[in-house]
Amino acid sequence: MLNQPVKPVGIVGYGAYIPRYRLPGAEISRIWSHGAERSPVKEKAVPGLDEDTATMSVEAARNALARAQIDPREIRAVWIGSESHPYAVKPTGTIVAEAIGATPATQAADWQFACKAGTEAMQAGIGFVGSGMARYVLAIGMDTAQGRPGDALEYTAGAGGAAFILGPADEAVVVIQRSLSYVSDTTDFWRRPGSHYPRHAERFSGDPGYFGHVIPAAEQMMELMGAQPGDYDHVVVHQPNVKFPVRAMRALGFRPEQWQAGLLVPEIGNTYAGSAIVGLTAILDVAQPGQRILLVSYGSGAGSDAFDLRVTERLLDVQRRAPQTWDYIRRRVVIDYATYARLRGKLATT
Amino acid sequence: MAIATTWRTKRQRYSLEGEVCPTCHQAIFPPRDVCPHCSEPAGPVHTLSGRGEVYSFTTMYNVPRGFEEHRPYTVALVKLDEGPLVTAQLTDVNEQEVQIGMRVEMVTRKLREEGSEGQIIYGYKFRPLLQQSA
Ligand SMILES: [Zn+2]
Repeated sequence: MLNQPVKPVGIVGYGAYIPRYRLPGAEISRIWSHGAERSPVKEKAVPGLDEDTATMSVEAARNALARAQIDPREIRAVWIGSESHPYAVKPTGTIVAEAIGATPATQAADWQFACKAGTEAMQAGIGFVGSGMARYVLAIGMDTAQGRPGDALEYTAGAGGAAFILGPADEAVVVIQRSLSYVSDTTDFWRRPGSHYPRHAERFSGDPGYFGHVIPAAEQMMELMGAQPGDYDHVVVHQPNVKFPVRAMRALGFRPEQWQAGLLVPEIGNTYAGSAIVGLTAILDVAQPGQRILLVSYGSGAGSDAFDLRVTERLLDVQRRAPQTWDYIRRRVVIDYATYARLRGKLATT
Repeated sequence: MAIATTWRTKRQRYSLEGEVCPTCHQAIFPPRDVCPHCSEPAGPVHTLSGRGEVYSFTTMYNVPRGFEEHRPYTVALVKLDEGPLVTAQLTDVNEQEVQIGMRVEMVTRKLREEGSEGQIIYGYKFRPLLQQSA
C-alpha cells in the first residue's frame, strides 16, 4: 500500500466543468427502440462543436485557480487524465498549461487509465507535492466520451470533469489524509488505436471489473484508517450509471444521505475520467469544515484509487469564488438526436 | 494559419494576453510595438479580465473556408471592460438572445481544425456570463 508522503498534502483549489447541451435518454430510446428501452440515466451532458478535453480542462483549471488564488507560475505539473485527448500524439497538458499561464517551468503530460486517469494524476501529484519537488500540482480528469450509436453505452457516455490544485496541507481546503490504489489486469472495456468507439464485455464489466475494484479499495481504506462507513459525511464513487455506484455504496454500508450530494450521473451521464471527481466538486460546493469524504474512482482495465479526505475551515472562503458544479448542471440546453449526431461528429459530410 | 504564426500568437489567443501602456496606462490588445492611444512604446504584458459587452454583432451563414462545420455562427465586436475592442465568435448562445450591450466573458475554445490530420487551432470566444446561484 502507498506510504504517506513526507509532507502532508491537500487540495488548495478545485473547479468543475460541464458543457451545456443535454441529450435525454428518452431521445436515444426513441431513435433505437421506438421508446421501448429504458435509459439508465435521465440525460447526459454533450459538448459543443468547439469543445474538447483541452478546452474543458482549461475552464475547470481556471475555476480551480480562482479558488486557490495562487500564481500559476508556481504550478510544477499540469497532468490531464482522459480517454479523449484531442491529439493521439501531442499533449493536452501543454495546451492547458499555456492557457493558464503555467509555462514554461512545469511538467506537462497526459495520463491514460480509462475512467481512473484523473485520480491517477492526483496520486502522482501527491507524490510531487508530498516530496517537496513541487509546491503546487494541477491534476485534471476530463472526458468527452463517445458511445457507438445504438450501443448501450450511448445512453450514458457524457462529457465533463474536474480540476484540482494540490498543495501543502496547511493551505488546503481539503486535506488528503490517505490514498491507495487497487489494480488488476481485467479487460472489461477497451479501445484499440485507430478505433473510434470503445468495446466492452457486457457481463464482465460489473462483478470482476467495477465491483471487484471499487469495493475492495473502499474496504482497504476504511480498514487502514480504522473507519466505519458511518464516520464519513460524504461518499462518492465512479458513476458509469446509477445502478452500479448505488449498489456498491449500499454493499459497503453507506446510506443515501451520504452519497446524495456527489451522485451526478442521472443529470450529466458518465463523464469517464471526470465522473467520481466532478461528484467530489459538487460535494465540496456544499461541504462544511470538519466533514470527512471518501472518494473512490474506477477505471476499466482495471483499478480504483481511494482517497480519505477531511474538509478544513478554508473551504467556506473558496466555495463561491468560481462557478459551482450545479451552476453548470442547471445551464442545460436540451437537444434532439439529430443535433447530437452533428455535435458529436457522427455525420459524414465529406 | 501557419504553424509559426499560430505558435507566436498562442498566449493572446488562449488567454487574452495583451499589454498595458506605461505612458498613458491604457490596456492594449492585441499586443504591439507602439501604443495606439499615445504612440509611445507599448508596455509590459497584461492579461485582460475577459469580461466585456457586445458592441455590435452579425450572424454568419456564408463562412470562410475551414469554418463550414460551425455555420451558422455569430461574430461580435466585444468591448472589453479595460477598453480594447476585439472581434470574436460568440459561443454557448442562441443567436436570438444576442443583443448590443449583452455582458459576455471570454472562454478558450476550438476555433477550427485543419482537417482530421492537421493541427487544432484554439483561441478566445465569448459567451453570455455564466449564471451563478446567489
Ligand atoms: Zn499609451
